Amino acid sequence: MSLFEELGGEAAVDAAVDVFYRHVLADERIAHWFEDVDMERQASKQKAFMTMAFGGPHHYTGLDMRKGHTHLVARGLNDLHFDAVVENLVTSLNELEVAPDKVAQVVALVETLRDDVLSRTPAPATEA
Amino acid sequence: MPRLNFEGRDYALETGESVLECLERHGVALTSSCRSGVCHSCLIRVLEGAPPPAAQKGVKETLRAQGYYLACCCRPDADLKAERGAAQQRYRAIIESVHPLNATVARLRLTETNGFTYFPGQFLNLVHASGQVRSYSIASVPREDAWLELHVGLLPGGCISTWVHHEAAAGESVEFLGPQGNCFYVPGRSEQPLLLLGTGTGLAPLYGILRDALGQGHTGPIHLFHGSVRRDGLYLVEALRALEAEWPQFHYHPCVLEGPAEEDIAVGAIDQLALERVPSLKGFRVFLCGHPDLVRQMQRKTFLAGASLSDIYADAFLPAAAAASTPS
Ligand SMILES: Cc1cc2nc3c(=O)[nH]c(=O)nc-3n(C[C@H](O)[C@H](O)[C@H](O)COP(=O)(O)OP(=O)(O)OC[C@H]3O[C@@H](n4cnc5c(N)ncnc54)[C@H](O)[C@@H]3O)c2cc1C
Repeated sequence: MSLFEELGGEAAVDAAVDVFYRHVLADERIAHWFEDVDMERQASKQKAFMTMAFGGPHHYTGLDMRKGHTHLVARGLNDLHFDAVVENLVTSLNELEVAPDKVAQVVALVETLRDDVLSRTPAPATEA
Repeated sequence: MPRLNFEGRDYALETGESVLECLERHGVALTSSCRSGVCHSCLIRVLEGAPPPAAQKGVKETLRAQGYYLACCCRPDADLKAERGAAQQRYRAIIESVHPLNATVARLRLTETNGFTYFPGQFLNLVHASGQVRSYSIASVPREDAWLELHVGLLPGGCISTWVHHEAAAGESVEFLGPQGNCFYVPGRSEQPLLLLGTGTGLAPLYGILRDALGQGHTGPIHLFHGSVRRDGLYLVEALRALEAEWPQFHYHPCVLEGPAEEDIAVGAIDQLALERVPSLKGFRVFLCGHPDLVRQMQRKTFLAGASLSDIYADAFLPAAAAASTPS
């Protein structure tokens, strides 16, 4: 079974989106990056992100991730913001009582996006 | 091999091919992005045929009810007739009456609508003789009303609202496009609490949604907050009080920004009043209509108060310049 299926598939994504997005909007470190005036568009973006984080079916490439975030990087998006998103994700999954080993897998998957989201070449392995 | 009829032309679908792939292979441009059923930018409307259920996975209930499918996930095994999601049909109707609901809102009723079908709360695009097009939400319920009802607020100097208020007369013919919008009631989950909130003519769709829900046997509590600057901006107050007396699950909350305090009319900001009276929206289905700033603000506030993103329906009454352009 894939991680996505183990986590409960699309129904689990829907539940997690609400919990996660509520945390994000309440987190002043990052809320402003998520304040789209169009809540419906925001909802589908969050769903796409969560599907990807859960290892579900998606067709985003590293290049898509880069393109989708370059305008934000230009406005100052950095590691601290990325860390805060991961932190909120972990809090949400813990609240939803996802098993710790699965949470670790989700975090590992999201970490693979970091360099593309922040528009840089992969960090050398020695860096923490 | 199944055939795809798309906007009047026939295309042969290859085995296992999606509608999106087939159209692209034939050089037909269709908006698309994630190609995996997440972003919903490739929605098409199916007119004939039964696409596989997988093509509606994750599609909002209100869009499902209208026959919308995802072109990227739609791999038909039988013939299909479809069109672009936004395609709108043109209709003609006759003005039955124009009647004032208060000093600034006119009720426009249309008849002989030539087979126009809609869900109460959706909107149509009225086409003026000058060619100008404006959206108006539908307050009538087809099951109960023999007419199509719109509530038009007068905007001084406004092209279409001035025409409706001062010139339009019974017996005249009007043209419109539609229906559009996802802000309507879908049966099921009849015990779910509902929050309906709007200002000004934002009441039009809410009035349709309310009567539709009641008529379809909705049993959960329904809270309607209607706001206006002053008392004279409220309308249908008596009709709503009568519905409240008839249906115990319905609660009408008229609100005005500027006093004086009157019996049964709350004074204050509608968003605050609503969240005071209904502090937790966990499990609610929410409908928000009217002034764009209020609608956007309330989408966020109702979400933070517990409503699920997928349970919030909204129509911001954007002025014409900012509204989606209508195809000619
Ligand atoms: C989805 C949707 C549903 C709608 N439903 C309804 C409805 O049920 N009832 C209803 O009355 N209207 C509704 N509207 C608004 C309606 O479409 C028109 O914008 C409105 O009636 C004004 O049109 P007009 O031709 O009279 O004015 P216009 O000629 O378009 O405008 C005249 C001037 O006023 C400005 N203006 C436009 N709107 C406003 C405003 N709200 N406040 C201040 N200035 C403004 C314009 O920019 C312009 O300069 C809806 C809009 C949308 C997008």
